[in-house]
Amino acid sequence: MRLEIKDLHVFYGKIEAIKGISVVVNQGEIVTLIGANGAGKTTTLKTISGLRPVSSGAILFDGQDISGMSAHQRVEIGISQVPEGRGIFPGMSVLENLEIGKYFRKDRKSEMQEDLEKVYSLFPRLKERTSQSGGTLSGGEQQMLAIGRALMSRPKVLLLDEPSMGLAPMMIQNIFNIITEINKSLGTTILLVEQNAQQALQRADRAYVLETGKVVKEAKASDLLNDPAVREAYLGTGAH
Amino acid sequence: MNFSVLTSQFWSLCLSGLSLGLIYVLISLGYTMVYGVLRLINFANSEIFMVGTFATVWVETGLTGHTSNSNPLHGFQLVYTLLFALVVSMLASGLTAIAVEFLAYRRLRARGTNRLASLISAIGMSIILSESARILTHSRPQASPRLMEKTSFGHIAGANFRIDTVLVVISALLMFFALDRFVNKSRLGKAIRAVSMSEENAKLMGINLNRVISVTFLIGGLMTGAAAFFFMTVYETTKFNVGFNLGLAAFTAAVLGGIGNLRGAFFGGIALGLLETMSAAVLGSQWKSVTVFVVLVLVLLVRPNGIFGEAIQQTRV
Repeated sequence: MRLEIKDLHVFYGKIEAIKGISVVVNQGEIVTLIGANGAGKTTTLKTISGLRPVSSGAILFDGQDISGMSAHQRVEIGISQVPEGRGIFPGMSVLENLEIGKYFRKDRKSEMQEDLEKVYSLFPRLKERTSQSGGTLSGGEQQMLAIGRALMSRPKVLLLDEPSMGLAPMMIQNIFNIITEINKSLGTTILLVEQNAQQALQRADRAYVLETGKVVKEAKASDLLNDPAVREAYLGTGAH
Repeated sequence: MNFSVLTSQFWSLCLSGLSLGLIYVLISLGYTMVYGVLRLINFANSEIFMVGTFATVWVETGLTGHTSNSNPLHGFQLVYTLLFALVVSMLASGLTAIAVEFLAYRRLRARGTNRLASLISAIGMSIILSESARILTHSRPQASPRLMEKTSFGHIAGANFRIDTVLVVISALLMFFALDRFVNKSRLGKAIRAVSMSEENAKLMGINLNRVISVTFLIGGLMTGAAAFFFMTVYETTKFNVGFNLGLAAFTAAVLGGIGNLRGAFFGGIALGLLETMSAAVLGSQWKSVTVFVVLVLVLLVRPNGIFGEAIQQTRV
């Protein structure tokens, strides 16, 4: 698996939200995109998933340009996203939410139970709540469900959009621990978008800093943690 | 005003109100399913209904050669003729619905135009279909032959249980529950619900949006087509503009129950059927529409999203 974004430009109407971003994600890595609100992090993930059209540039997945592929096909080839705000289907039960994560794999019905067990072992709390409706879960539980649901499709690369948003510090730790575990034990490659730069940089192998639609810095995550400019801008006193 | 009919003919009125109401339910499923996934009022659904009634007439006269003077059919021949007419009517409406979506909405959606454009396009499709039918039938009403003797099972609690009314009530109930089950339990039904909750998140699940939308139109059309067949079985005559009144009533039923919501369509349709029948009996049929819309306005004042809101299926966060 290798995901490569080459000189990507994305427009919202007449406004250019992404102004030539290039990002590489290699097999087995955790790569993070950090940056302030409006830097283009979420738009980048949405474009990779096919929810936003590419104006110019390319998205290469294992060398193949997928920028013309429709969103549902990208899930089939192994790109799965946990969207910002989690995107739980509120009127569906926890189990239904998980099942629909495997929607396109109707030919792999036999894998369903196996994958459910895998998700339940990562998130035991979901197992206790299989019949509860998704909309009534707490924020942390919804995040677990969203990650579990994305794993149901057995992705090669998992795109995570602000998994820590709106969660209590304890739960943030918990979620990041599980993200690390998914990467280490399942071997899933991860592209993580975060405002919580401290946590993201501690967990990631490499990082890109985005500002107003451009990559302004690219380095090993541990180097950025010690970079004075990055500390000043993103790891100020407010960071956890 | 004649309130005494309410007591003297109560069960009779209930039964005919129920059969009319269930026809509304099936048509309103056409509106509500589409609204659920696209947030679009498919105004062409009234003409999708009209196509179904014409298909029923075509099968019953054109195909089986039955005329209005022929003797009613019996036994096996009756059953398969009716079933065949039902299936053809459903398919005709279902395929029309898919075609309407493909021709009038899909491209607009792909270009990201706003919903008003689709709404105008829907009205356009509605006019095209009904005017084509007007030209083809020279504005003449089309009657379906009486295939079955409308015998009565006898009077129960003063109500005349006529075979066609009972048939409509039972079959329509079965269809509604089958659909409800399909939407709630099947894989494709879950995809429809996912799309109705969030298009973007549904795509992220690997759901092929266009396919789900086509299926939704198909199902809405099938139900509307079934309603058309039942309508012809009870009322036996149709015209190019038959969809206008029934479509409007079914749309009202959907709004009354809470559009986008299957159970809302169910209760809204039945409530409307009963209300129409009762008010026509008490106030005279010229007051029917007035009563219905007064009630609709009153309900919406108290519950702007209809009786069941959008709540059951798709609470939005």
